[in-house]
Order: sequence, then C-alpha cells, then structure tokens
Amino acid sequence: MALRTLFTKKSLALASAFRPIAVASAAGDQRLGSGLSQTRGLTVAALPDLPYDYGALEPAISGEIMRLHHQKHHQAYVTNYNNALEQLEAAIAKGDATAVVRLQNAIKFNGGGHVNHSIFWKNLKPVNEGGGEPPHSSLGWAIDTDFGSLEALVQKMNAEGAALQGSGWVWLALDKGFKKLTVETTANQDPLVTKGANLVPLLGIDVWEHAYYLQYKNVRPDYLKNIWKVIDWKYASEVYEKETA
Amino acid sequence: MAMALPLAYASSVVHPFEAGRLSFSTKATKHKKQIYQFRNVTKVLAYYGLTNPPYKLDALEPYMSRRTLELHWGNIHRGYSDSLNKQLANSPLYGCTMEELIKTTFNNGNPLPEYNNAAEVWNHDFFWESMQPNGGRLPWGGVLDQIEKDFGSFSNFRDEFVHSAMMLFGSGWVWLVLKTNERRLLIVRTSNALCPLVWGDIPIISLDMWEHAYYLDYKDDVSKYVNNFMDHLISWHSATTRMVRAEAFVNLGEPKIPVA
Repeated sequence: MALRTLFTKKSLALASAFRPIAVASAAGDQRLGSGLSQTRGLTVAALPDLPYDYGALEPAISGEIMRLHHQKHHQAYVTNYNNALEQLEAAIAKGDATAVVRLQNAIKFNGGGHVNHSIFWKNLKPVNEGGGEPPHSSLGWAIDTDFGSLEALVQKMNAEGAALQGSGWVWLALDKGFKKLTVETTANQDPLVTKGANLVPLLGIDVWEHAYYLQYKNVRPDYLKNIWKVIDWKYASEVYEKETA
Repeated sequence: MAMALPLAYASSVVHPFEAGRLSFSTKATKHKKQIYQFRNVTKVLAYYGLTNPPYKLDALEPYMSRRTLELHWGNIHRGYSDSLNKQLANSPLYGCTMEELIKTTFNNGNPLPEYNNAAEVWNHDFFWESMQPNGGRLPWGGVLDQIEKDFGSFSNFRDEFVHSAMMLFGSGWVWLVLKTNERRLLIVRTSNALCPLVWGDIPIISLDMWEHAYYLDYKDDVSKYVNNFMDHLISWHSATTRMVRAEAFVNLGEPKIPVA
C-alpha cells in the first residue's frame, strides 16, 4: 500500500468536497488505524477505501448503489462527524456545557453512521473472493449452538431486518459477557453498543432504504435474501476468534 | 379532504350502541349475548379503502416522477393499507374514522400494533393532498397572514422548513401544524410514522422525508428534493382548505367584543 500523505485540515475539507475515490485514506495505514488522520491535535475521521470495486458485488448489490452508498452517504457521515467534532472541541475549550450536550445527537448520528458503514464494507466480499461461503470452525459451531443452524440464523436476521420500522441496522452480535451470539437491531445510525456495552458486532446489514431502494425498490425481503451471497464470514470469524480468545 | 370511511358489516350482531334501546327483556338478553359474541363473527367489521392521489401519477413530473408515485402509492401506501385491513379483520376496533383510529391505537405513547399501519395510511393520504401539479410559490390570504404572524416572513418560514427537513436523522416527516393550545403555526419533525394528530394538533402541510419518497428521483440530494417541494409541489390550496377547517376548532383571532 502506498504511504498516505498527511493532509492538512484544509485540504481534507477540499478533498471531501471534490469527492475523492482513493485519496482520502489508505486502508493499510497501520499506525493510525483505518480511516483516521492526525492533524493539529484533533484526529478527524476519513472515508475508508473499499477493498473491492463498486461493481464487484453484483448482482446481489448493484454498482450504482455501492458507489452512492460509499461516495455520498458514508462520505456525508464522515464530513458531518468531523464538523461536529470540531464544534465539540471548541465547545469543550470554551466550557460551554449546553453546546457540548446539544452536539451529542449529531455526533451519535454521524459518528454512528461512520462506524457502522466502516464495519459494513468489511462484512461484504465479492463471490469470487469468498463472499457467501458459510462459516467454519469456532464461529460455525457457535452459530449451531446458539441458533440451531446457519439457515435458522439467516432466517431470524432476515425476519428482524424486514420487520424493522423506518431506518436501521440488523446485527449478528457477540455478547462478550455471556459468550453468546445474539441478533440485535438498532434504529437509524445507532451503533451496536447502544444496545449493550458488551456487544461486539460480527455482521451488520444496513436496512436503510438507500442501501437497496434503487435495485430492490420497496421489497426489502428480497435484498435481505440476496445479500447473504456476498457476506464475508471470514471477517466475522476473525472478529469472533479474537474476542473469544 | 377525502377520508377513508369505515364500512361496518354486522349481519347477525346488533350494534352495541343500539343494544340499550331494546325494551323486550327476552330479546334484550338474547341480543346482549350476541353482543359479547361479536368476536366470533367472521365478517369484516372495519375496512379502510385506499384513496387515490387527487392527480394522475405523472402529474407531478419532473419534480416527482411517475415511477416514484407508482411505487410509493401503488406499493408502499397500498401495502400499509392492506396490512391495516388484515389486522383490523380480527380486531375489536371498528366504527372509527381514520383520525379516531390513530388516536386510539397510539394509546398515549404505548402504541398498539395497528398504530403504525393506520398512521402511515393517513400520513400518505395527507401527503398526496399536500401536493399538486403547478404547486409551490406563495400562499395567500389568511394562510400567508398567519405564516407572517408566526414566522416573521414567508422566507423565514421557508428557510426553517427546509432546515428542519435537512436536520431529520433517519426516516420521518416534516409538518406545518397549527398548535391547538398555543394557537399558532409551528414546524415539527416526526420520526417514522409519528403523526401530530396524536398530540391534538392540526396538520396543514406535510413532507415525506423517508428515503423511498425521493431516492429514485434525487438519490442522496435531499436539499434539491426539499427545495423542489417548496418551490413546485406544495399545495397552498390544500393548506387554505385545512386552515379554514382548523379555524372551526381553534380560535386564531382575538374576539371582537363590541364596546357598548
């Protein structure tokens, strides 16, 4: 991976206005983790790269949706989150408690959107790179133990995803306390931790309409049925094994 | 405004409201038994039909495409209506107008399962009628006066409405309501299916901010959608009609008490 140049805050702002595709950050920068850059003391978020082409997940998810989802929606969350962070920093410096609390909604929404989508891109993989291959070893056994079978888990997640009113996410979560797998839903862009501090996201499926409307129109169940063909169980297994080690 | 009226079929059951008027004792007990058996009746007791938007599906082009309306009204709105009727087929809720049904099922903040479908059916009816071909531009007469009184100027109101729409996180609606207690117009944002009727307020105009309302036409360009709504779609005719009806319930002016 090429070394990423450090951007000044100004050029980051310009860069996001011109919608860069690969300029924002290199996913392989190990020092600062994915999607972060350090400038003048405030660590701002940056749009992570997709490890696959926009069209690589077809026909499960169309290239047009992937492009809009990544370049417009996720980028907007990143930009607005950074703005809110700047305002928060100023409010903290001034000691303005009202402003600090008032900004919490924007931070939860935009920051949550950034966190959730960063996980989502890692949850997806093109079919020819292993997308859709069922989980093996410890995660596979855990799924059989906690849900009966992989089909039962998929059915449960699809049912909860379809029943979710409005916008939100459906998650396969690991409860670190009870060492159990659970299916959870969160509303809007609330991250999984809002449902429980011990919950670790293994898989998240975006059921906001922008994630499927152009292709599946209002038939969310079809989207949920097809997305399993490009789910990256290897990533979920890695996270599971790391958390249960 | 075209409201979906319930049709109550009850062939072998006496309407509870008429039960008290029966004078013969034997008939009374027999009918009384039948009232409590109404849950065993297999006939549908309440049904809310899907109303059409008051214009052809392509009449709002180019600001809202025919395809969007076909899906939004034909699939989504129709879906809510069908789900509601299916739920009501086995429910003791009947004899209500749409507004009564929404307030009853809202259950003071602990909504019953029928609430979501009922509210969304009503919300979408209200939304279609909040728009018209060749809409937008300025209101006139009493509506304009009230807007200027409560927001300072029409452009203040327009900016606030657009800003409120852009600040909505997630799915929801933006409303211009007449607050019954404060007796003024206000812009409110609600999430998912929440409807200002449940607070006893009177909605005047609504804008659907669920993504399915604009995604096909505008993708992620929400600001263009909202501005087009304000400039080209909003129906001030409907708003005027609704304000006129609202003033039968809310006194907006100081009564002119003649001095003797």
